[in-house]
Amino acid sequence: MTRSTLSRRDMLKATTAGVAATGFVAYAPAIHAAETKTLRYLGTAVNQSAEIAEKVKEDLGITIEYIPVTTDEVTKRIVTQPNSFDVVDSEYFSLKKLMPSGNLLGMDANRIKQFDNITPAFTKGEIAGKKIGDQGTAPKKVLYLEGQYSTTFSEEPTEWITLIPTVYNADTLGIRPDLIGRPISKWSELLNPEFKGKASILNIPSIGIMDAAMVVESMGEYEYPDKGNMTKKEIDMTMGILTEAKKNGQFRAFWSDFNESVNLMASGEVVIQSMWSPAITAVRSQGIECVYQPLDEGYRAWAAGFGLPKTITEEKSDLAYEFINWFLSGWAGAFLNRQGYYSAVLPTAQANMESYEWDYWMLGKPAAQDILSPSGQKLAGVGEVRDGGSYEERMGSVECWNAVMDENRYMVRKWNEFIAA
Amino acid sequence: MTRLARYSPYFLALPFALVFLAFFVVPLVLVVVVSFWDYTEYSIIPDFILTNYAEMFEGCLARLPDLCTTFATYLSTLKFVVLTWFFCLIIGFAVAYYLAFCVSSLHMQIVLFLICTIPFWTSNVIRMISWIPLLGRNGLVNEGLISAGLIEEPIEWLLYSSFSVTIAFVHLYALFMVVPIFNSMMRIDRSLIEAAYDGGANGWKTLTNVIIPLSKPGIVIGSIFVITIVMGDFLTVGVMGGQQIASVGKIIQVEMSYLQFPAAAANAVVLLMLTLLIIVAMTRIVDIRKEL
Repeated sequence: MTRSTLSRRDMLKATTAGVAATGFVAYAPAIHAAETKTLRYLGTAVNQSAEIAEKVKEDLGITIEYIPVTTDEVTKRIVTQPNSFDVVDSEYFSLKKLMPSGNLLGMDANRIKQFDNITPAFTKGEIAGKKIGDQGTAPKKVLYLEGQYSTTFSEEPTEWITLIPTVYNADTLGIRPDLIGRPISKWSELLNPEFKGKASILNIPSIGIMDAAMVVESMGEYEYPDKGNMTKKEIDMTMGILTEAKKNGQFRAFWSDFNESVNLMASGEVVIQSMWSPAITAVRSQGIECVYQPLDEGYRAWAAGFGLPKTITEEKSDLAYEFINWFLSGWAGAFLNRQGYYSAVLPTAQANMESYEWDYWMLGKPAAQDILSPSGQKLAGVGEVRDGGSYEERMGSVECWNAVMDENRYMVRKWNEFIAA
Repeated sequence: MTRLARYSPYFLALPFALVFLAFFVVPLVLVVVVSFWDYTEYSIIPDFILTNYAEMFEGCLARLPDLCTTFATYLSTLKFVVLTWFFCLIIGFAVAYYLAFCVSSLHMQIVLFLICTIPFWTSNVIRMISWIPLLGRNGLVNEGLISAGLIEEPIEWLLYSSFSVTIAFVHLYALFMVVPIFNSMMRIDRSLIEAAYDGGANGWKTLTNVIIPLSKPGIVIGSIFVITIVMGDFLTVGVMGGQQIASVGKIIQVEMSYLQFPAAAANAVVLLMLTLLIIVAMTRIVDIRKEL
């Protein structure tokens, strides 16, 4: 019952005045940050590198206190405890749940120096002048607010921004080429009986269903009007196909933690699965072949950015803008690009990278020198090319974005049914 | 007797009663209350609706004999409860019996008992995860069997299956059975056993007529530990079952991570009811309070 007890606490905080008045809501004591400039940074571990915090301390004198939690936990915290952080790093797809709660503040684009240099993938949904897939919660749909305290999105650009973009990537299937031994070029291969008992999909419903939808379209079973916003019928059909595959023993296991996907792949339990980019790097750094396979139907993309809680003080808000401006000024962008992610402001990141690094990571050219990760591990040798090629090739082939559906409640129930099948 | 003295036991019980009230009764009542509330993606709304329960059992009768999610999940959970309970009981009883009756010096008993607890110095998760390299497709067991020429293809059902879940449960929770049974056995008056022998009972008869009946409270307490833990577990089922096997705990966790607290609360209430029913049934069989 411990877990239920915990949830009670969160539930209390999620409710309106009546219950909150019982006094269970613990407010943090006011701390006068005159001497020490600190920012409590809520987010997933992806962006929370110790190196970034050190550099911020050095450049700005601001101490970053990381609060690392899972993607779902970030959402929960924003809705239930908006006073427990000063700056949040959240994914765009959560915004549909976050903004109506009124706990996030619109950010002033005029205070972001590099705002005009933010990649058009966010502002216009374009890469190199070409429209990219916008099914699901594409950032451009939820980037602008009608006003600073507005809880509804604006279709037209405004100066009030929900999240200032930081990092994004295009996800696809990871494979073990040594154990598969033939080229893979379609999402449908995930359910190919050839890989019976050797496939895996991630057990995070809102992302797993998008991967499933890519597979269903690739199998030629159905063409979704919007994969990121299915009808009940479409959800039933998609889960039906997954359930049948599960009953036939297609899947070895499911994973919900990034490390689990690394272990499944590295141990050879699984040869093809949904995967995230740093997981591929982790498998490779064990000396095991692993490819982030580009597929004909395109990528499923995700994006994250910084937001401010509405409870923030003037003083903290100034610090947060200072930190965010620093984040977009290049050093952090280069750091993220070297991990295989993409930074939101490319020109400043480029200025902080060696030209051979830029050629490898962003232009898809063969490595002219060994490519090292920010922590110094060798990721690729001379002559190797990044999986999926250049930035324009990868981000240009985005098909859909991580999403929260209107029928989310139904979808979660169906997903649980699938796990139980 | 003064008035105060008459009430002193109540005063002594007060601190614990308050702790119990604040950290157990109140939260529990709130869980029940919230299970009747409505919710959206980002808020929960005080209300009195039965939707959360209705959705849980949606189609459960209409779909019979096919099982709905809730029935299938509970059935799978109950299967693990029975299997784990059975193996924990056999192992727990055997270990406790050896410690209590076959080891004669108290000194040795304490040493051996402490040895039993050594695995519990590491975390649950580590003990569980250590099975993975052993049972995996390229794990020690499969490689050993292949190199011994006993099998040609690796056995797939060793890991991410009901088998691996059960083995991990038994490994994790057998000690919860050993301790109370051992405790009960140590209280058995040795002269009763001598009397049984003197009365002409053989070893088996002594076991079934003297030792087992007198160990019953320990068996029931151990069973309550094992059953309640397995009923609510989602970590072991998740890790060892490759997340392909459903558990009630996992359903609750998924609902909570999507801020569907009322639905999670409804699930928790049903789980609690069922667990309580099992415990009540068990305490009906043996009156623990009388035996302690």
